[in-house]
Amino acid sequence: MKFLLFLVSRLAKAIFVILGVVIVNFFLIRLAPGDPAAVLAGQAGSSDPAYVARLRESFGLDEPVLTQLFLYLKGVVQLDFGFSYRNHVPVLDLILERLPATFLLMACAFVFSITLGVLLGVVAAKARYSNRRRWLDSTVMTGALILYATPLFWLSLMGILLFSVVLGWLPAFGMESVGSNLTGLARAKDIAVHLILPTVTLGCFFMAFYVRLTRASMLEVIGMDFVKTARAKGVPDGSIIRVHVLRNALLPVITFAGIQLGQMAGGAVLTETVFAWPGIGRLMFDALLQRDYQLLLGIFLVTSTMVVVFNLLTDITYRIVDPRISAGGEPGAA
Amino acid sequence: MKKFAKRYARNHGAVFGLCIILVVTALAIAAPFMYDYSPWMMVDTPLIPPFTNSAYPFGTDMLGRDITAGLVWGARVSLIVGLLSTAIALAFGIVVGAAAGYCGGRIDDALMRFTEFFQTIPQLALAVVIVAVMSPSIYSIMGAITAVSWPPAARLVRSEFMTLKQREFVLAAIVIGQKPSRIVWSQILPNAMSPVIVSASFMVATAILTESALSFLGLGDRNMMSWGFMIGASRTMIREAWWMSVWPGVAILLTVLAINLIGEGLSDALNPQLRKRGE
Repeated sequence: MKFLLFLVSRLAKAIFVILGVVIVNFFLIRLAPGDPAAVLAGQAGSSDPAYVARLRESFGLDEPVLTQLFLYLKGVVQLDFGFSYRNHVPVLDLILERLPATFLLMACAFVFSITLGVLLGVVAAKARYSNRRRWLDSTVMTGALILYATPLFWLSLMGILLFSVVLGWLPAFGMESVGSNLTGLARAKDIAVHLILPTVTLGCFFMAFYVRLTRASMLEVIGMDFVKTARAKGVPDGSIIRVHVLRNALLPVITFAGIQLGQMAGGAVLTETVFAWPGIGRLMFDALLQRDYQLLLGIFLVTSTMVVVFNLLTDITYRIVDPRISAGGEPGAA
Repeated sequence: MKKFAKRYARNHGAVFGLCIILVVTALAIAAPFMYDYSPWMMVDTPLIPPFTNSAYPFGTDMLGRDITAGLVWGARVSLIVGLLSTAIALAFGIVVGAAAGYCGGRIDDALMRFTEFFQTIPQLALAVVIVAVMSPSIYSIMGAITAVSWPPAARLVRSEFMTLKQREFVLAAIVIGQKPSRIVWSQILPNAMSPVIVSASFMVATAILTESALSFLGLGDRNMMSWGFMIGASRTMIREAWWMSVWPGVAILLTVLAINLIGEGLSDALNPQLRKRGE
């Protein structure tokens, strides 16, 4: 029963956020300088008054604002995100077609960043605490500090410069080799090779974040009484770290994993732009170039929804993994 | 103040960061005197490699523009956008956080839902949408960065307010009948400032990164040269002219790194007790 209540409250929160994005979209267009219909049409429609007139009608721009909002909401609920004039396709079709590539990239970058980040964070914390190999701690932390200050898109470009242009080891752009009609395993291998650079460059910034978070959290837990007790009992060092420290230290890491996802979705726009990765990030860049604002707003809505849904899933997993958290409590509030 | 400087100086990274920022600031201020021509102007043959011509130590780009001039002028945009948008975001965050933390109850609830909303959605995507729809200019860029960067400040101020309002000196101020506005302004806020200052420095760093990302995507102010724009323009030339993309990136990296180091130094210097606990 309590779990059901938790589920309902989280679901309500998710819907609230998505509704918020819809309202932001709605008002952004109306706050923009100039006629909303002309803005929505972008440069595409400026030469075509009939299209602008059709937009005016479909958005009910001559009606009162509340009616307009209602019309807009109704469209979104019916999954009508507008029509991309440039591409002559409904916005949603364009986005759905690109979604799998983004999912693949984000999933890989997410796994990469959290695995390596936690690992390095643990190494650093251990070196720091045991006071042996202190250089390991300072090297990892300096590396994390530098990565944390590196612009994501520049790191991607430097990756291309080093590994594609100078060394020639990895492909510089795209998701598959052009013109290759590979199937099955060969195709999977081709995609995997193309995936390496985007994954690593997108993951690096977030890895740096997880390193710092894991290390700080480990050092905090390591000083607690129950760790001293375990040590006094004669539990071996390795299992103290694994069983007692890491398990507790990872809780904030999991919480932040959900929060970070929104940032990663933004980062994907940059990575996909640099690598010409055929996902929604690249689509967003193309929409910018073409001034296709309906598409742009549609992408923003879908990306936000994606992040919200993933957050919801993290919350639920978290709740199942760690039953101490109550429905009202904020896992990341501290 | 002397003690503060001493504690700050003990952190070598922080001193290093401060030196870099002083240099960047000096260059930004001196830009119009060093280069009286616009960084957009063609000055020589295109694609002069770096370190080959003493007039253009960092080389020229594919349109024959001086990269050194671009770097120096670009420092202005980065610093202006970083500082101003942080200042606005901080002011907004403090107002929201103070109201939520001091009032509590329903107001707190509503304001925190509002804050969470801005924290959940993809920040860069929101910034991109705002700048694109409002049409790119330094004002829309600063507005967009403000819109995505205020929530952490609000949360921080809120939690500070919630603990501080229980303290004796605040209760005493209530008992002697000070007005709430006066209590917030002169009793609580000054005591909440040190963590806020620390987080402000990290906000400046993030703001500079966001500005460069927006300019990279072609959403920069058309009248102002910026580092992100330079990297964006160099993208198609990556095979022919590595220097076009390397230098502006190094400039961003060093500036952001320096500000983060300053932030850590400030954190050490402002919260000595906190630091000792972690040692």
